[in-house]
Amino acid sequence: MAFIEINGQQFEVDEDGFLLNPDTWIEDVAKYFCKEEGIDELTEDHWKVIKYLRDYFFQFGIAPMVRKLCKDTGYSLKGIYELFPTGPAKGACKLAGLPKPTGCV
Amino acid sequence: MTETKKTPLLDELEKGPWPSFVKEIKKAAAHNISSQDLLGQLELSYEDKKAHWKHGGLVGVMGYGGGVIGRYSDVPEQFPNIEMFHTIRLNQPSGWYYNTKALRQVCDVWEKYGSGLTNLHGATGDMVLLGTKTEYIQTIFDEVSNFEEHPMDLGGSGSNLRTPSCCAGPARCEFAMIDTLDLCHDLTNEFQDYLHRPMWPYKSKIKISGCPNDCVASIARSDISIQGTWRDDIKINQEAVREYVAGGFDINGMVISKCPTKCIAWDGNELTIDNANCTRCMHCINKMTKALRPGDDRGATILIGGKAPILQGAMMGWVIVPFMKLESGSGYEELKEFLEKVWEWWDENGKTRERLGELILRLGMRNFLRAIELEPIPQMVMAPRANPFFFWWPEETVQD
Repeated sequence: MAFIEINGQQFEVDEDGFLLNPDTWIEDVAKYFCKEEGIDELTEDHWKVIKYLRDYFFQFGIAPMVRKLCKDTGYSLKGIYELFPTGPAKGACKLAGLPKPTGCV
Repeated sequence: MTETKKTPLLDELEKGPWPSFVKEIKKAAAHNISSQDLLGQLELSYEDKKAHWKHGGLVGVMGYGGGVIGRYSDVPEQFPNIEMFHTIRLNQPSGWYYNTKALRQVCDVWEKYGSGLTNLHGATGDMVLLGTKTEYIQTIFDEVSNFEEHPMDLGGSGSNLRTPSCCAGPARCEFAMIDTLDLCHDLTNEFQDYLHRPMWPYKSKIKISGCPNDCVASIARSDISIQGTWRDDIKINQEAVREYVAGGFDINGMVISKCPTKCIAWDGNELTIDNANCTRCMHCINKMTKALRPGDDRGATILIGGKAPILQGAMMGWVIVPFMKLESGSGYEELKEFLEKVWEWWDENGKTRERLGELILRLGMRNFLRAIELEPIPQMVMAPRANPFFFWWPEETVQD
């Protein structure tokens, strides 16, 4: 597997750039990934979504369904795509250091 | 170019009369290294009797949450040119009618950035471009969507509305009761957001057939199956019926005795149909195309719940709306409102990875029907329930 280096720290990632271990996540990981997911700068809105995803994941062990994400954060799906152009799965989950969504994608 | 590898197992499949996919891949491999490596990895899979793709893959284009299926080889050191081999779904034109210009320009882009291999078409209907690298995906999308003539958009993938598809329809079939092509195109445009941005518990598919022959297998392969039908009388051309019989056609053996409701009769001179008892199975019309035609009061039956076995077992769609008028150019408002209500209920109540048919199975038809504001009717069931475990709504019971 590949490694990326952020501030001298090594992070193991898969071929799509997702962190393999969500526990190793730090805020700089999100900052590191944001460019390739089409985000110039992480705003408060971005952090709100990222924190929500991480809280949900560590409480329930899975990523929330999209409808749940929208309801709980107050952003519409359109709003989420404005924040994360590659969407809640490839964009937001990746920045939040969550495992890669699987299944019939 | 890497040295061409030996493929003795695959070479066997160049023999025989059917068009050989091995020949096709070899044609592409003659000037494309990723096709060459694909052939090599496939030969290895034939030897090992197992797939050599890694689990999953998540790639895409800006603004969309689906449309591209990421794929990585698990033996990239042997086949470096297919280390990434992503699939792009392009939304096909209704009924798969193309002109050569439309096809040529896609081929030009795909030769440049992809493997040159395609699947025409994926089972859902999309034009499938097989095999490209992550760095080309956005470029391919930008180019195909900016064609001056016949631009193309991505199809669906993920937990969203998948690419709707339809039969050849009125473009070349005299049985088409609705304009399947127009309806498919209209719904695709109307629900672009649902198609490109996954937001639902799981996938949802729409397929549209012009008549109950169901040439796109909508009843088995879509959550929402729309099938053309009619509700007045079958049109009979008696002269043409007599011609069939005069020509030696065994009308009693082939038609009369095969009618599932026995509502058709032939007295040697005149064909009669008891239309009130006809279930519009199409058999007599299929057998005597020159003599029988569907009626003039046309629309569609909507069936719901079709899906493959995972998790709760395979389901075929069952009737939810026996007849709905769907005239082309009408805007299809009634249908769209119906679909929105169905999806809203499913999105609100569905568990992760729960198809519509499974949710109805779990929560029951009575909850589903109440949510989409439809009355239960006999046409929705094959037979009444055989057990007595019936739930009443609280307001239907007398509370002491």
